[in-house]
Amino acid sequence: MSIRTAIVRRAIDVSALLAEVESTANGATILFLGHVRELNDGRAVTGIEYSAYGEMAERELAAIVSECAEHFEVAHLVAEHRLGALELGDVSIAIVVAHPHRAEAYEASRFVIEEVKRRLPIWKREGYADGASEWVNAGGVAHEQPAQKQQ
Amino acid sequence: MASIGRLALWRFSRGFNIHAMTVTALLFASYAESLGSDRVELTLTGTTTVRDVVERLRAMPGGSSLPAAPLVAVNLTYAGADQRVESGDEVAIIPPVAGG
Repeated sequence: MSIRTAIVRRAIDVSALLAEVESTANGATILFLGHVRELNDGRAVTGIEYSAYGEMAERELAAIVSECAEHFEVAHLVAEHRLGALELGDVSIAIVVAHPHRAEAYEASRFVIEEVKRRLPIWKREGYADGASEWVNAGGVAHEQPAQKQQ
Repeated sequence: MASIGRLALWRFSRGFNIHAMTVTALLFASYAESLGSDRVELTLTGTTTVRDVVERLRAMPGGSSLPAAPLVAVNLTYAGADQRVESGDEVAIIPPVAGG
C-alpha cells in the first residue's frame, strides 16, 4: 500500500514518484503531468503563480485520493501539486497511479485530476508577455486586475 | 487583557440576551485583492449563518466583487449558505478554483 499526497513549494521529482508506486502486483502505471502552457486563449503566457488555501488544499487532495483509492481499489497512488512561481514547461501537478489492470489505472488517474479541477482550493495568476497578469478561472473566466494595481 | 475583554463581552451578552461572537473570514486570490486583505475579523450577533458572513463582507469596501453565493468553507470543509457559524469559526470565501 502506497498512498500519498502533498502540496509542495519545490520542483516535483517525477522519477521519485514513479519509484514510489513500483510493485510487482501492478500491471499498469499511469503518469499524469500538468504543465505551464505557453498559450492561453491566444495570449502568450510567461509563467503562473500558484497560491492555495494551504491547510484545506492538503486535506482536500488527501480526501480526493482516498476516495479514488477506495472506489477503484487502488493501492498505489501518489499525487503532488506545486505552489509558487512556475515557468513555462514546469510541472504543476503529478498524479501517478499503479494498478493490476490498465482500465482502472486510467479511470483512477482521470478521477483525481477532474476532482482537483473541481474542488481543490488552489488559484493561479497568469503572467503574459505584454507584462499584464490575471487571475485565471478554471471555468474559463479571467478576473481582470484593476488597472491601478498593475502599476 | 484579551481574556478579560472576552469575559466582559460574555457577561454583557448574557445580561442582554445577545450572543455576540467573532468569526475569522479568510479571503483568497481575486477576493483578497478586492477587499485589500486576506483576513477579516467579524463580530456578529444573533443566530449567524454562512450567508450572513458573506453579506457582511459584501457590504465592506471592495466587497461588491464577491458573488452573493460564493463557495465557502467553514473550518476547512465546504459548507452551504444556511450552515450555522459559531464563535471562533474560520469562514473561508473560495474564489473559482483553478488547480491542476
